[in-house]
Amino acid sequence: MTKLSSLIAGIIFGLGLTISGMVNPTKVLGFLNVFDAWDPSLMFVMIGAILIFSPLYFIFKRKSRPIFAKIFIIPSNKNIDKNLIIGASMFGAGWGLVGLCPGPAFSAISLLNINVYLFVLVMIVGFYLGKLFQTKSR
Amino acid sequence: MVIINFTPLSAFTGGLLIGFAAFLFFVFNGRMAGVSSIASDSVLKDHNRYDNLLFLIGLIIGPILYSFSGKEIESIITNSLPLLILGGLLVGVGTKIGNGCTSGHGVCGISRFSIRSITATIVFILTGVFTVLIFGV
Repeated sequence: MTKLSSLIAGIIFGLGLTISGMVNPTKVLGFLNVFDAWDPSLMFVMIGAILIFSPLYFIFKRKSRPIFAKIFIIPSNKNIDKNLIIGASMFGAGWGLVGLCPGPAFSAISLLNINVYLFVLVMIVGFYLGKLFQTKSR
Repeated sequence: MVIINFTPLSAFTGGLLIGFAAFLFFVFNGRMAGVSSIASDSVLKDHNRYDNLLFLIGLIIGPILYSFSGKEIESIITNSLPLLILGGLLVGVGTKIGNGCTSGHGVCGISRFSIRSITATIVFILTGVFTVLIFGV
């Protein structure tokens, strides 16, 4: 059953990314272009998402277990370490270069753009490289 | 600074849907809807692989469903090939090392009031803004 809820959550997530305009790299870059011609829209995407998820998260995490799975998996790492800062900086740089982050990159696969396929492919290579880096630094 | 292309209503509506999807994934699967982790786990780990792959397939179906409404979906990439590859690599490596992206840290993490995620979000937005400042749109 977790497969079904994964698919449905993914579809609604993808719809949200589409309606909000996040699947358009040019719009995302407009949000990051604060000092020139700024498009503040994406701030409203985050506000909307947090406004829904945050209260529901705090209400439902008190339940003993999720509906389909056995346990809640909530990130326990609270360390603000080198990896977090380096990783977030690299991600921000890549995001600022192209205007795609992982969610919209996958959603944009449906828009049949060869550039998106290349981006997703390289991103997956990046996951492997990142994992290598992580194991080395430990 | 000038404000252009501002679409607060559609942005907010899309955001509500993203938040609701994150809620569904949490309340049914007990997990955080962080796309970079879902995507990297789907290739790097066996555990929950089909859940992860189906979530990603869902992400791809989303825009297709939207297109039935008859509206155009705008998506323009203007990068040269080397910059596109560099960008993809940085996003892949960075989200793996930093354990999250716009959804995992930005939406789910901030919603949980995680200082770690709030820090990550500030860092990637600042470096994103800085990158656009240097390379342009």
